[in-house]
Amino acid sequence: MAQELLEIKDLTVGFLTEKGFVRATDRISLSLPKGQTLCVVGESGSGKSVASLAVMRLIDYAGGVIAEGEVHFQGQDLTVKSQEEMRRIRGNKITMVFQDPMSALNPVFTVGEQIAESLRLHKQLSAGAAWSRVIDMLRLVGIPDPEVRARQYPHEMSGGMCQRVVIAMALACDPELVIADEPTTALDVTVQAQILELMQKLKREMGMSILLITHDMGVAAEMADRIAVMYAGVIVEEGTAEDIFERSRHPYTHGLLKSIPGLSGERGTELYAIQGNIPRLGELPAGCRFSPRCPFAAERCFREEPPLLPTPDGHRSACWLESGPEVKTS
Amino acid sequence: MTEPNAVERNAMGPHAVGTGAAAVGLSVAGGTLAEPGSAAPYLIEARNLKKYFPIKRGLFSRVVGHVKAVDDVSFGVREGETFGLVGESGCGKSTLGRVMLNLKSATAGEVRFEGRNIHALGPREMRELREEMQIIFQDPMGSLNPRFLVRDLIGEPLKLHTKLSSAAIDDRVVQLMELVGLDATRRNRYPHEFSGGQRQRIGIARAIALEPKFIVADEAVSALDVSVQSQVLNLMMKLQEELGLTYLFIAHGLNDVRHISNRIGVMYLGKMVEVADTDALFAKPLHPYTQVLLSAIPQPTLRGKRERIVLQGDVPSPANPPSGCRFHTRCPFAQERCRAEEPALLEAAPGRQVACHFPLA
Ligand SMILES: Nc1ncnc2c1ncn2[C@@H]1O[C@H](COP(=O)(O)OP(=O)(O)OP(=O)(O)O)[C@@H](O)[C@H]1O
Ligand SMILES: Nc1ncnc2c1ncn2[C@@H]1O[C@H](COP(=O)(O)OP(=O)(O)OP(=O)(O)O)[C@@H](O)[C@H]1O
Ligand code: SF4
Ligand SMILES: [Mg+2]
Ligand SMILES: [Mg+2]
Repeated sequence: MAQELLEIKDLTVGFLTEKGFVRATDRISLSLPKGQTLCVVGESGSGKSVASLAVMRLIDYAGGVIAEGEVHFQGQDLTVKSQEEMRRIRGNKITMVFQDPMSALNPVFTVGEQIAESLRLHKQLSAGAAWSRVIDMLRLVGIPDPEVRARQYPHEMSGGMCQRVVIAMALACDPELVIADEPTTALDVTVQAQILELMQKLKREMGMSILLITHDMGVAAEMADRIAVMYAGVIVEEGTAEDIFERSRHPYTHGLLKSIPGLSGERGTELYAIQGNIPRLGELPAGCRFSPRCPFAAERCFREEPPLLPTPDGHRSACWLESGPEVKTS
Repeated sequence: MTEPNAVERNAMGPHAVGTGAAAVGLSVAGGTLAEPGSAAPYLIEARNLKKYFPIKRGLFSRVVGHVKAVDDVSFGVREGETFGLVGESGCGKSTLGRVMLNLKSATAGEVRFEGRNIHALGPREMRELREEMQIIFQDPMGSLNPRFLVRDLIGEPLKLHTKLSSAAIDDRVVQLMELVGLDATRRNRYPHEFSGGQRQRIGIARAIALEPKFIVADEAVSALDVSVQSQVLNLMMKLQEELGLTYLFIAHGLNDVRHISNRIGVMYLGKMVEVADTDALFAKPLHPYTQVLLSAIPQPTLRGKRERIVLQGDVPSPANPPSGCRFHTRCPFAQERCRAEEPALLEAAPGRQVACHFPLA
């Protein structure tokens, strides 16, 4: 077993609302081995972003509260650190890439100045040394004419180019962990292909670990070593990419994959569809959160919430079904 | 990119018939035109269609250039088929869809519906034609007036275009809601009380209320959660079969387009670069851009990985498109001729067309 770089244990993050305290993530546990890519997949509102913001402790600024659990990073629990201590980790050992590159860049500074600033802050580099690292990083992420581009402002660049700058900034300090929250969702598909390729290459060359959040099973198939599937605030299944794509055990994962057009069934025929809708946080059903939509739900499913337990082949699934959905659907 | 505006939201209203549309081009006499040897005649057809948006600058809003959102596009959609329109953000898909419906005027060229040039119709004829052509938007919330009850939203086109009594309209609303899989007892509620997928069903019920022949579905499932997308796709296929609908299905996700379309058109920077039967297109793209686009979309499977072709650079601005073939700045096969000469969309094999000097063999 590889050494775990990040280990999340029973993490509950919530918000105080007029309906009381709602849990956006409910006792989720995850681990990311060093040098690997863990994809967290799930539909809108399942808690992916909240979980990643909690790891960075940026959730404090979004009005969220870590109610329970631990986040171990290189052996230290981040949930008990002060924001002062977190500032030394953020942007240095753990960096983040968001969906909208413009929100991560400051419009009044050139992109070169912004990357240099974090190098001076975290690595105590001289101005000259920082600048030459800036140029190297921009070149590494595939920006043509880096000397010229470094002196430009974000608005002078395209969306794809800005996301490369953000990635350059995220990698400049040689982080251990990069958290990328839908980094390509706002980009064109041909540009998405460039960025995904770039992230793969940089991971190989720099040996960092990636926590990649996406709702796109295609992106997960392409990038992930391991995958965690979230549904309504909990992890319902977790394993290697093969476990999830080839041997999914949870009816939700199974249904999600089956409902993607083109993977099964003939063109123009009726698609497999998961019935119903995602529950709202304040209105979660009793028992298994997926039970109202699950074609396999039995009486127990409506009463008791299934824990995330090992499956016979050694990955984890939170479902009371003993044989797995494959057997019954065929 | 383009959100539905008030005019489009009210597309069914008599006052919103795009009367500003310039009647361009000569209307040629004659009925529906069919491609020789084609399976069915064209229900709707674009001929050399252009839509340019002026770029204005400065104090006096001087026009300094044009965004050529749709630039000389010709294609047709056959009765009863689904024509998929794909291409990257900003290539002109939504604009093309809206000009085809006369929700936007054309800069040049013409749109023929059942053989008639729709931009040359008078207001009364256009109003009648409105009943035949509808649109489903990407964002169901943005296209539904939040202050209307669902019964009024679905009943509105009936009220505006028919002489049905309010009791008859209510009956019809109930039927429509059942047809699209909504609980009709909830018709006295507001759209925000429905989930995203249900709101899209409301938009669909509204679109089919007048029993149109032709529907433009502009990213109709893109904003929905993955687990709800297939429900809505199923509904659209079911309605097509039951009501004999013809769809122009606009999307940038290729898996759903592939599943529901009979034929597909690929756009790049305002141009139609390839048109083909769905299976033929996926089996063997002829345009280098189609090949790149198909290979760029990550597939949700670990098996049979396609060789990915990664392009250099970004999509150029449609305000200032490259000379010659618009794809030449990124095309792995570009030659001197591609920089100088614009390739026309030509028949490459029966039923398929490609605009490339050096189509893939
Ligand atoms: N500041 C906040 N206050 C109250 N609730 C919040 C807040 N931020 C997030 N939530 C709620 O927490 C839940 C999880 O949100 P989160 O953003 O993590 O979802 P996600 O999985 O990232 O979804 P998406 O794919 O849409 O980004 C949602 O129900 C959301 O409404
Ligand atoms: N009303 C308008 N005024 C000026 N430019 C416009 C207008 N509507 C669209 N455009 C421009 O026309 C081009 C085509 O836009 P369009 O919305 O048709 O693209 P699209 O293919 O539908 O993209 P997307 O996939 O993002 O929806 C874009 O460059 C866009 O900025
Ligand atoms: S626990 Fe029951 S309801 Fe939940 S996914 Fe498994 S079978 Fe379905
Ligand atoms: Mg999110
Ligand atoms: Mg569009």
